[in-house]
Amino acid sequence: MTTEAPHPPLADALAQLGGRLYPGLGAVSGLQRLSGGASQETWAFSFEGPGGPVPLILRRAPGARVSDLAAGLETEAELLKLAQANGARVPHVRYVLTPDDQCGRGFIMDRLDGETIPRKILRDAAFAGARTHLARDCGEALARIHQIDPHRLPDTLRAAPASLRLAELHRTYANIGRPNPVFALALRWLSENKPQDPTELRLVHGDFRHGNLMIAPDGVRGVLDWELAHLGDPMEDLGWICVPSLRFRVIDKPVGGFGQREDLFTAYEAAGGGHVDPARVRFWEVFGALQWGLMCSGMAEVFRSGADASVERAMIGRRASEVEIDLLDYIAPLEGATHAG
Amino acid sequence: MQDEPRAAEILPAVARFLRDTVTTDHSAHTIFQARVAANAVDLAAREAELTPRLNEEERLRLTQMLGQDGDLLSQNRTLADGLLEGRLSLDTPGMKAHLWATSMAKLAVDQPSYASYRRALKALQP
Repeated sequence: MTTEAPHPPLADALAQLGGRLYPGLGAVSGLQRLSGGASQETWAFSFEGPGGPVPLILRRAPGARVSDLAAGLETEAELLKLAQANGARVPHVRYVLTPDDQCGRGFIMDRLDGETIPRKILRDAAFAGARTHLARDCGEALARIHQIDPHRLPDTLRAAPASLRLAELHRTYANIGRPNPVFALALRWLSENKPQDPTELRLVHGDFRHGNLMIAPDGVRGVLDWELAHLGDPMEDLGWICVPSLRFRVIDKPVGGFGQREDLFTAYEAAGGGHVDPARVRFWEVFGALQWGLMCSGMAEVFRSGADASVERAMIGRRASEVEIDLLDYIAPLEGATHAG
Repeated sequence: MQDEPRAAEILPAVARFLRDTVTTDHSAHTIFQARVAANAVDLAAREAELTPRLNEEERLRLTQMLGQDGDLLSQNRTLADGLLEGRLSLDTPGMKAHLWATSMAKLAVDQPSYASYRRALKALQP
């Protein structure tokens, strides 16, 4: 989490907006940049409301340019509203920006209390109780997201079932250009084990994992960051949260380092998510592991090009090898070794 | 064959960080970055110590399995392309053992504390 001087025009523009939303009140306090890539920013701040400061989050794209894969912030706001209406815990959307607001594109939502740092969630005593039911919480949350009527979803959402996602992964590998035998083996395995695309595509969150789950001692409070949402195979979300790199060293608890698959699957089915096919989830776990590995490999070029020449960036490049071990555990397990998966 | 960036590329970034950042900024973020930089120095030391032997072992395995001599990069390209296109597979004699040995060699340099690596190390012990 980094702090930087608030961009003065943003503070001014927000103050004007606050005055319109909370007549006579609406002063801005605590404006702080939380994170952001090149195209999207996340800011924490409060508007002075009738009952005191209202803790809020601004998600915005200052310019118009957003990555081709991103759902787009207006779409994201729409998805949050639909998910909430369908019973999923997500931040309440307060306001969608218009050009008149001079804040760029984006929306304002409630700032939830809780923790997103995996180390704390997986190790601190305060979360010991939550850890016993987080896998079930996740199954329930995903069921509510996947059950949203596809006909009600914004038509700006991109359709990306397994066949398309796998073709993208092949391209990513080819573009990195450096041979990696284990990644090549995994690509081949994925091509040979790809399940049929479902007849009806569903809303997939696309990045359901630590960091994007606001967790409190009583469990999952909200599903955040819908930037990678798309129409696809809902089993993708169940697989992604089980990817070994996203277990944060607690490798014997496949679901995010806090739970077992059975709990995730049972809660998902009980909440009306539909039948879970473990083989299909397994496909998406291998897919997710490789996707993570290729992301790490790609960092070598980001480092070398000078786009981010930090030691941290370079060291992420050298974490691709972790994924090789995980992929071999799935595809070519050692005799007598208990399976990672 | 180790992944990229190579240690020789990472070390100048560590030096730059020590010279330009650590000396002027003592924020929490810099303390975190300093921990990463220390890990990078350890990695570079392991790479210098282990990689010559590990690379030679890998090259010999590849020469035997592929029947093709050459530098590690071109051998690995032949191997990876073969696996991707299905001309080579886990049924190829020596393949599974080679892939495990090579990934384990990378982890010995990159991240010897990685939990899955520690577990595999135990499973591979005779």
